[in-house]
Parts: sequence; C-alpha cells; structure tokens
Amino acid sequence: MLKQGPSLLLASAPAALPTLQPASPLAAPITTLTYVTLGLGLAIFALVTGLTFYFVWRYRHRGAEGEPPQIFGNARDEVVWMLMAGGILVFLFILTWITMNRIDPQAGQDGTPDVIVTGHQWFWEASYPRATNPAGLGVVSTAGEIHIPTGKKLLLEVGSADVIHDFWAPQLARKMDAIPGQGNRLWIQADKPGTYLGACSEFCGAQHAWMRFKVIAQTPQDFQAWLARQAQQAAPPPPAQAEALAGAALFVRQGCGECHTLRGVGARGTVGPDLTHFASRGIIAGGVLDNTPDNLRRWLHNPQAVKPGVRMPNYRLNDAQLRQLTAYLETLQ
Amino acid sequence: MTTAPLPTETAPAPASRPRNFTRWLSTTDHKDIGMMYLALGALFFLIGGVEVLMMRLQLARPGNTLLQATTYNEFFTLHGTTMIFLAVMPILLGFSNYLLPLQIGAKDMAFPRLNAFGFWLTAFGGVILYLSLLEGPPDAGWFAYAPLSERPFSSSLGTDFWAAALLMMGMGTTLTALNIIITTVRYRAVGMGLWKMPLFSWMVFVNSFIIAFALPSLSAALIMLEVDRALGGRFFQGGGSPVLWQHYFWLFGHPEVYIMVLPAWGIISEVIPVFSRKPIFGYKFVAGSTLAIAVLSFAVYAHHMFAVGFARPVNLAFAASTMLIAIPTGIKVTNWVATLWKGSIRLTVPMLYAIAFIVQFTFGGITGVSFAVLPIDWQLTDSYYVVAHFHYVLMGGTLFALLSGLHFYFPKMTGRMLSEGFGKIAFWMITLGFNGVFLVQHALGMMGMPRRVYTYPDLPGWGALNLFSTVSAFVLALGLVLTLINIVISWRLGRIAGDNPWGAWTLEWATTSPPPKGNFVRLPPVKSSRPLWDLAHPEDPDHQRPPRHDQQGHIRPEERNHER
Repeated sequence: MLKQGPSLLLASAPAALPTLQPASPLAAPITTLTYVTLGLGLAIFALVTGLTFYFVWRYRHRGAEGEPPQIFGNARDEVVWMLMAGGILVFLFILTWITMNRIDPQAGQDGTPDVIVTGHQWFWEASYPRATNPAGLGVVSTAGEIHIPTGKKLLLEVGSADVIHDFWAPQLARKMDAIPGQGNRLWIQADKPGTYLGACSEFCGAQHAWMRFKVIAQTPQDFQAWLARQAQQAAPPPPAQAEALAGAALFVRQGCGECHTLRGVGARGTVGPDLTHFASRGIIAGGVLDNTPDNLRRWLHNPQAVKPGVRMPNYRLNDAQLRQLTAYLETLQ
Repeated sequence: MTTAPLPTETAPAPASRPRNFTRWLSTTDHKDIGMMYLALGALFFLIGGVEVLMMRLQLARPGNTLLQATTYNEFFTLHGTTMIFLAVMPILLGFSNYLLPLQIGAKDMAFPRLNAFGFWLTAFGGVILYLSLLEGPPDAGWFAYAPLSERPFSSSLGTDFWAAALLMMGMGTTLTALNIIITTVRYRAVGMGLWKMPLFSWMVFVNSFIIAFALPSLSAALIMLEVDRALGGRFFQGGGSPVLWQHYFWLFGHPEVYIMVLPAWGIISEVIPVFSRKPIFGYKFVAGSTLAIAVLSFAVYAHHMFAVGFARPVNLAFAASTMLIAIPTGIKVTNWVATLWKGSIRLTVPMLYAIAFIVQFTFGGITGVSFAVLPIDWQLTDSYYVVAHFHYVLMGGTLFALLSGLHFYFPKMTGRMLSEGFGKIAFWMITLGFNGVFLVQHALGMMGMPRRVYTYPDLPGWGALNLFSTVSAFVLALGLVLTLINIVISWRLGRIAGDNPWGAWTLEWATTSPPPKGNFVRLPPVKSSRPLWDLAHPEDPDHQRPPRHDQQGHIRPEERNHER
C-alpha cells in the first residue's frame, strides 16, 4: 500500500466535492446548472416514486372479489404529460446553451495557447509556449503540475503523445479529451491561489489510475517568478556536494537522457518527464508518490514495483548509486 | 383469479420430456433454444459477477494490492463485455425466443434452424472470448477505444479474440433479430393485428429492428480494427482518426443500451397490468413510444463523446436529441404508474421487482438527463457518476425486469411455482444491496473519482464510500445466490403451477405449462389485446368496449362498485 505523505505544496486540504466547489468563473456555472438539473430531477423522481408507493398502498388488494375498474387510458392525459416533460426539457436546453457559452467561449481560439498540456502514458506534461528562457532557447516544460497565474482566463491546448487521455480539473474548468493528432482547446481560470487536484478521466492503459495532476494557481508575481526559474537551464551541482556530482555522472552513464530531457545538460529524451527542475515539483510519476528524498529513492530502486507497467525500467541501482542519483535530482531546483 | 377454461387434456407432466442430453445439441424448438439462451446468460452472468466482486474487493480500500493494474483492467474489460453480450443479451433473447411465438399464437419461430444457428454462434462467441485467457485477455475496455486497442498499445492477442468473439455474437444476434421480425410479421394468430400484440412482443419486435441496424456498425468497426491490428491498416491510428472508432462504436453502442432495455420494458409492461388486475394504461402510447425510441436511439449516440472536442452545433444537436428521447421514455414510466392507479394490487415477487424497477429506472433516467445537460457531462463523464447512472438503468432497470420476468414466467417454463417466501427475502437483499453499491457511487463521481481506475488516493471519504459499496455488493451477490437456490429447488419441488397461475390475459397463458411441442392445441379467438380476458368475461369483452379514452375509461357498474 502506498502512503501519501503530506505535500509541501498543498496550501489547503483538497476540496471534498470538487465538482460542487468550483474555484473558477468557468466552473461555477456548471455547479449552478448541476443544482438546478438535479433539483428538478429529484422533484420529478419524488413525484413518480411518491405516486408509485401511494398507489401500491392505496390500491393494494384487500380481499375484494372480482376485478377493479378496467381503465384503458386517456389520450388527453398522455398529451399533458408529454407537454410538461417537453417544457422542462426546453427549459434545461436553454440553460445548457447559456452555460456552454459562459464556460466554453469559442472566440480567440486561434492564437498561441498559454499552456500546452500533453497526456503521456502515464503523466501530464505542461509546457508554456509563450515563455522563453534568458538565452532564448527551449521552452518551459514540467510534469504532473500545471502552474497558472490567478485571475486570468488562460487558453489551454490539450493533446496526447500516445493514446486518448482526458484532462479533468473539476474545480477550474470543463473536462477535455486529449486525442493524438488533435489539439483540443479550453479555457481555464483560478480565482484564488491554491492547489487544485486533477486526474486523467479517460481510460488510457495499465496505469490510468496514477495519471493524476495538480493545478497550482499562484499570484501573477509568484507565477512569473516560477516561470523565470523554470526557464533556466539545469545548474550543475555545487562542487561541495560530492554525492550529487557522482549522481550527475551516473545520470549520463546510465543513459537517463534517452528518455528524459535535462535542459543545459544535453539530455533530450521525450518519453518521460522533463527533469530540468524536478526538485521543484510536489509529486512523482502521476501522483503515485509525493516528491520526498525517501520516496524518490524508493522509485529509483524499482519503478515497476511502485507503478507496475510504467515505461521506466528497473535499472537495478545499488544503494550507493541510489543515494547519488537522488542527491543529484534533489539539486534540480 | 380467473383462469381460462381451455382444453387441457394433452397437458404433459412437467418432467416428462426425454432426458437425453444430446437433444439440446440438435433442438430447433424455440422453447428449448429460449431455455438454452437463458442458461447461457445465467452462466455468464455468474462469471461476470465473480469478476466484478474481485474488482470491488480491490477497490474496497485505497492503495489495495489484491489485483495488479493490468489484471484489474482485464477484469473490467471482461466484465463489461460478458455482462452486455453474454449475460443480458442472451437472457433477453432467451425470453424473446421463448415467449414471442407463444404470445402471438405461433407454433415456432419462422426459421427454427436459423434460430438454433444464432444461438450456437452466440455460445461459440462466448467460448472464444474466454479462450483469450490462454493468450492474455483483452484489457482495453469493452469499448476498446483506439488507439489504446491498436497493436502498439495492446500487443497481446486478447483484443483480437475479443473482436472475433464480438463479430460472432453480433452475427448470431442479428440472425435471431431477423427471425423475430419475420416471425412477428408472418405468424401472428388470426385476428391479432399489430396493435393487438402483447406489449412484450411489441417491444421485442421493435427491438429486433434496432439490433438489425445497430450491430452492422459494430461489425464494420471491428473489421477495420482488425485490419489495423493484423494488416497494418490506418483506420484509427497512424494518420487515421481515433475519434472515428468512437463514432462507429457509439452508433452501435447507444442503440445497444435500448436493445438491452426494450425487452425489459416489455416484461414490465406485462407484469404490472396482471398484478394490478387492469389493462395497461395507454396501450397505444406505450407501444408507439417504442417506435420513437427506436428511431431516436440512433440520433443520440454522440452524447458519449461530448468531451472529444466537437464544434458547438454538433454538441447542441446531440444534447437536444438526447433530451428528446427522454419524452417517450417518460411516457412509459407515467403509464406504468397510471396502471397502478385504481388497480387491485397483488404484491407478488414479480410485482415487487417491477415496482423496484420503476423507482430505480426512473432514478437512472433522471441522472441520464443530467448528461444531456451538456456542461454537467463536461464535468462528470467518465467519473463514477456515470458508473452509477448506467448501472441504475441496466441493473436497477434491466436486471430487475429480468428477475421480475423470471419469477413471472418460471411457472410457464417449468410447470412449477417459485417459492414466494424465499423470493421475497432474496428480493430485499438484492434491492438493498444494489442501491447500496451504486447510490454512493454518484457521490464518488462528484468527489472527483474517475472510472476504470484500479486504485485511488486516500482522499477524504473515498475509502469509506468504496468500502460501503463493496460490502453492499456482497449482500447483492448473496441475494442472487438465494434466487439461484430458489430456482434449483422449485424446479423439482415447487407447487404445480397449472396453465395460468397469475390469471393473466395473453395467449402464452392459454396453453399448458410448459407448453407442448407446437405450443397450442387450440387457440382462443383473438379480438383484442387480452384474448383470455375476453374468454373469461364473455359478457364484457375488451373489443366491445367503446374505443375511446375518456376521463374514466368505460367502466361497468360492478367495476365502479369494486370494494377496495
């Protein structure tokens, strides 16, 4: 059983009912609509069930001889029911249309998106095409966590590197499928700084369950600071940290760069997450573990034991190597 | 209760049939084939049930390690495929095969050998699906979304076995559907117009058209998938469109939902009038709404795809059609409830299941409408809320209707009554268990739990609700086991039923229980949709009642004074 340690980045406890506790003007109308629809629905359900139980009780057989009145129906009643049902549905349809226009406005979808979210088996990658690093090279790419500035409507493009995934951050936006070869766009916004949970909502293979993510909403200043730091290239470990230096060498020797990108080091793999600022993240491997040194060691010891089926093989590192690699990755702030 | 005074001199004793087992391999009698469908469905229902109990155990607590991720995925793929194609559909076809010729006063199906062939195709399809266990079962879900179901992501042969099995079963089902259509059109008893058919036959008849038009879409998709997988084709991958698979699949898949629910509605439409001692309220509306549903069921399919990123007009069109189909469905529910009104209600076991059906199906229908309200779908699709919704429709609805039908028709099929006491205990366990399993799953969906996950993080409330769901699943399973015991014991020791133990009014109750080969020695005259009522009440037959639907209906003085 995997223990979830307390996350450093978790500003507050996650919402218990995220679909009913929106934190965004793009999610709040869905919640209102849900209350209206379910309220109406439950009223109809109460009526049908109430009548059913009342009739069953009121007209139960109490030993009378013969048959009850043979009533064959009433065309007028049928038309009345149909019109009532039709009226309710027309009302719901109008609400549906209005709400869609509010939460999923289509104007302005031609420009560069603010964030490109890509589903991989089994983690979420977020890149920021509008951000450049000081050297003008590369883009900012992170995994498992999507940072956004508060108070601004952002355009998200959702795509996939392999199979169909689905981006679901219930408190902040509608959900949207991530389909290979198709860039789906949606708007996302957070009112207040905080951490909002999300998950892949379309079955995508063995580890669909651990394709979770967090949306971290920050004040615009904090977000810019974060983005600037993320735009930097990976710094080599300070010379005083012998273990981390050994880890950096091990990273190259083991060929980690075949699958992972480490900007500034020459590692350009795209199978696994970009590790340039790995230590700044709160979770490992789609949320299966929180990012602590102990957990990281456990992960590197045997990824297949922690998340069976994950693309990362077991490199059978010995204890010293595990310590070195962990020390190195922990320096990638 | 009134029983029809019909000739019964040729009534065979219930156990007088030849006991030669090989008879079942060569039989073309629709009743034998119906029974074999029922047995096949029951067997696979058991298998699918064991699979889901394993899944529920795995989900009982967060981070459980009873099943591996891939094993869990194989289990839910097999569970979905088994329950839909090998449990519910065969059981529905079993009832259809057994009852339709009896209800319309025919000797057998139009093509008895084709009928047997259809059954054996379905049975072999089931065998093929489970032969995949030798190779590694399919694990891409019963919906097998491309490109996950394509070779690069599902490299074992499991998906190929799955496709072959579905092709075979689809062919068998389609042949049976054509047989039902032709039988209904050509072999109704003299005097039985289409609008005088019993409602079960009506719905099975219309259902057969849905089958005949929906399954080709699945077959086409399966063949294209196999071209991709086996011949390196590019329909759904590598430049092809993954969303195309979904169009084909749901153009079959949504009508499939109605395929699984129409015959169930037919059973309910037979049971409620008999135990209310009244005709169905609004016969023509109940039957006619079936036609509307058959047509609309093909027009709503893309509501399974609201998250794929359709343009606004496409989304709106499918939202509107989905809301529209709620109207004919609502007509059925209101007419069932109206049939109870001023009746004389007998709370037998079949009636208990029918009442639970109304309540649960309505609940599932209402959560269904919430998906037509499209933004709610953008929030809750592919969450546990969906799992809860469609189990309320297909289990709280269809399965309860099947259990109602089982208790209702068991005397006709075996000549013996099921134990009512036993049946009532099982009913309450099944009802409480079912609602315990699925009611809380609505909440889990709203709490953000995606479906098809083999495990989940320990977020507040998730563990407790899942545990509750798992415990309830075992209560439900125990209730079903009790039902099975009831069947086995009553088959040997049940009270002798007689021709018409429930005082029903349609033709299948005019012959012996079980019916002889050829079904009828002599048919009563058919002049209305209740020939046995007419026979028992020659002073006031249905067909002499004024053909109008006024406020009260036409009511005889003695009915008006009926003491309740």
